[in-house]
Amino acid sequence: MIYKETGQFKSTYESDHSIFPLIQDKIAFNILMLVAFLVVPFFIDSYWEKAILIPFLIYSMAAIGLNILTGYCGQVSLGTGGFMAVGAFATYKIMTFFPDLNIMIIVLLSGVITAFVGILFGLPSLRIKGFYLAVATLASQFFIIWLFNKVPWFYNYSDTGQITVSERTMFGVAVTGANAPPYATYLFCLILVVVLGFAAKNMIRSKIGRSWMAIRDMDIAAEIIGVPPLKTKLSAFAISSFYIGIAGSLYFAVYLGALEVTESFDIMAISFPVLFMIIIGGLGSMLGSFLGAAFIVLLPIFLKNVMVDLIGLSAVTAKHFEITIWGLLMVVFLILEPHGLARLWSIAKEKLRKWPFPY
Amino acid sequence: MGLKKMMVGFLGSVIAIGGFLEVATADLKFPMLVYRTGAYAPNGIPNADGFVDYYKMINARDGGIGGEKIVFPECETGYKTQVGVECYEKHKENAMVFQPMSTGITYQLIPKASADGVTVYSTGYGRTSAKNGKVFKWIFNAPATYWDGASIAVRHILKQNMGNIKGKKIALVYHNSAYGKEPIRTLQVLAKKHGYKLMLLPVDHPGQEQKATWLKIRKQRPNYVLMWGWGVMNQVAIKQASSIKFPMENFIGIWWSGSENDVMPAGAGAHGYKALTFNAPGDDYQVHKDIKKYVHDKGQASGDGSHFGTVLYNRGLFQAMVQVEAARVAQKIHGTSKITPAMYRDGMENVDLNAKRMEELGFKDFAPPFKNTCENHGGSGLAAVQQWDAKAKKWNMITEYMYGDAAVVNKLIAEDSTKYAKEQKIAMRCN
Repeated sequence: MIYKETGQFKSTYESDHSIFPLIQDKIAFNILMLVAFLVVPFFIDSYWEKAILIPFLIYSMAAIGLNILTGYCGQVSLGTGGFMAVGAFATYKIMTFFPDLNIMIIVLLSGVITAFVGILFGLPSLRIKGFYLAVATLASQFFIIWLFNKVPWFYNYSDTGQITVSERTMFGVAVTGANAPPYATYLFCLILVVVLGFAAKNMIRSKIGRSWMAIRDMDIAAEIIGVPPLKTKLSAFAISSFYIGIAGSLYFAVYLGALEVTESFDIMAISFPVLFMIIIGGLGSMLGSFLGAAFIVLLPIFLKNVMVDLIGLSAVTAKHFEITIWGLLMVVFLILEPHGLARLWSIAKEKLRKWPFPY
Repeated sequence: MGLKKMMVGFLGSVIAIGGFLEVATADLKFPMLVYRTGAYAPNGIPNADGFVDYYKMINARDGGIGGEKIVFPECETGYKTQVGVECYEKHKENAMVFQPMSTGITYQLIPKASADGVTVYSTGYGRTSAKNGKVFKWIFNAPATYWDGASIAVRHILKQNMGNIKGKKIALVYHNSAYGKEPIRTLQVLAKKHGYKLMLLPVDHPGQEQKATWLKIRKQRPNYVLMWGWGVMNQVAIKQASSIKFPMENFIGIWWSGSENDVMPAGAGAHGYKALTFNAPGDDYQVHKDIKKYVHDKGQASGDGSHFGTVLYNRGLFQAMVQVEAARVAQKIHGTSKITPAMYRDGMENVDLNAKRMEELGFKDFAPPFKNTCENHGGSGLAAVQQWDAKAKKWNMITEYMYGDAAVVNKLIAEDSTKYAKEQKIAMRCN
């Protein structure tokens, strides 16, 4: 009833090609953006910032990155943690080399550096596919972590291998370091996620994205119709790593502020969770990246808060329940909807078209 | 629809939770970051039980601190930094002190807590240079630091070798993280001073895989092995050491690698294993009697009560005791029982646990006396060596409490903390 396209005529190609062809979607999205930009910053406190919104945005960014590579181009990667580490350490090194550089430039540069590293580790993808590629990227994960742990130059010879962010400002307001106000760090991440999210969405809808999908669906056929595998696969690795590198950069500079490579970028801490995000959220879906990130990052916190604060369970019992429920939900979602939460959402939209009069 | 409903439900309940948090009363809040799950639980559980039992005992025996009840919400971190941040943000409002029980989380909290004005007390762990109170206003790591520990271990080895360890080989088996890397600098400096060779053997999280490490030890035969381990890593290392027949009396762990849980799995093989400690084992101190009377006998023991009197349980008691004492000192300084987090910090900085005060608190001869000052947040730096008796299944103290190599350690602390102060643009205090 409310959600139908009847009467919405497209008279130009531009309007037909818009990201949200339905007016309802457009309105909903605009409202969401208005709330995110104009309402949330006034109400955000440090718990919402540090525990909920910032991790959500950063993991969404990483999930978008991995989705480009795995969801759209079909190259399975387990190296997300390693690439995020590259982003983080690039940020740290640039920060200490150029103390006066603007933080936004530092973050983007870190993304670019990660993109080059991504190309390097993407080279094997020209020869190997599927599980074998997953193993090759797994090797990159272990190699990168080992490197950042072994070579003291990367952490400026600190005694413990910890890297610590120093304070950087945008328009006079700190966005990194312990004194950064919650709204500043939140807006900083939000702007990057929104701008780069739109960029990704548009890339996916243009030639480059179509060639990724052609490679994903059948690389030999794609090659025959004129999609160059070398360029396409490496561009997917580069752009995916760019996003993941930026996620790593924010993860270090804005979210944690101090970290140590082995723990923070462990395969169990980053690589698998981000892969689960795009699988649960929906492979090859922008919305899926966000839904998946919400599921993996926010659900455990939500479950914990409900069980500890509302039901009054002890912290440890709640933890056991949390792990169980979370795992069960994951299995349930995958059985009910193997195409992810994004698919669930589009089914819901289908239903909404006829609601409340399904025939 | 289902999804939408879920989202609404999610937002609703999170907001509701936000509301719940506001209810914090005038009680003294000592949030606990614990880990009763995961690879570090074997060590996390007894320690957390010690804390909880002590707080419960204080609440039951004295009606709290100066009439204010202690509340101690637990937050399960699983030893993970990210979760630690979430826990900190959740509980920092009006929190007196955080005890992260993880060097990684401590590093994470040092800048945050300093900005928020919350005390962090990392008892014998965390960032060693936080001992320098001139730089680290909100961070305390009394009674001893890792660098004290490293130099005490070397001092013990020196004593056994009549003061000469030139040409000897000492291996450090360490948790490959900020925690395990802490002593390396000190051991390197000491290697130069005393002429021993240092072998570094990192063990990756969580520490179950140590075959290669101990193969190297078997091949290269270091004279002594030091260990900075935690959680399952300790158990595995001690088992491996006994299986390669490494002489156990030459194997010395830091104070976090010397609890019953660590040596029990290796059975008789662990006999003779040594570890540092800054508190005594056993369960016949006055404080234990009080806990028995006011907590355990009422059936309110934390967990299953089976860790009573073990090394890490006792350390939990000690840590909790210092935290409670700091609140008492703060109440005395500021003349009010309703202290704020800022007042609490003053209390922590003026804690003076001399032998007499320890006895009053039921901790007679439990730990060496120590005192915090404005410059020194790291206490006395005293620790002793204890040795495991596998037949009697108990730890025996085999040395007196001794100091580390102050000349070396203090110089390193000054260097490291000044570097940090410069990076973070912190002005020196206590002038």
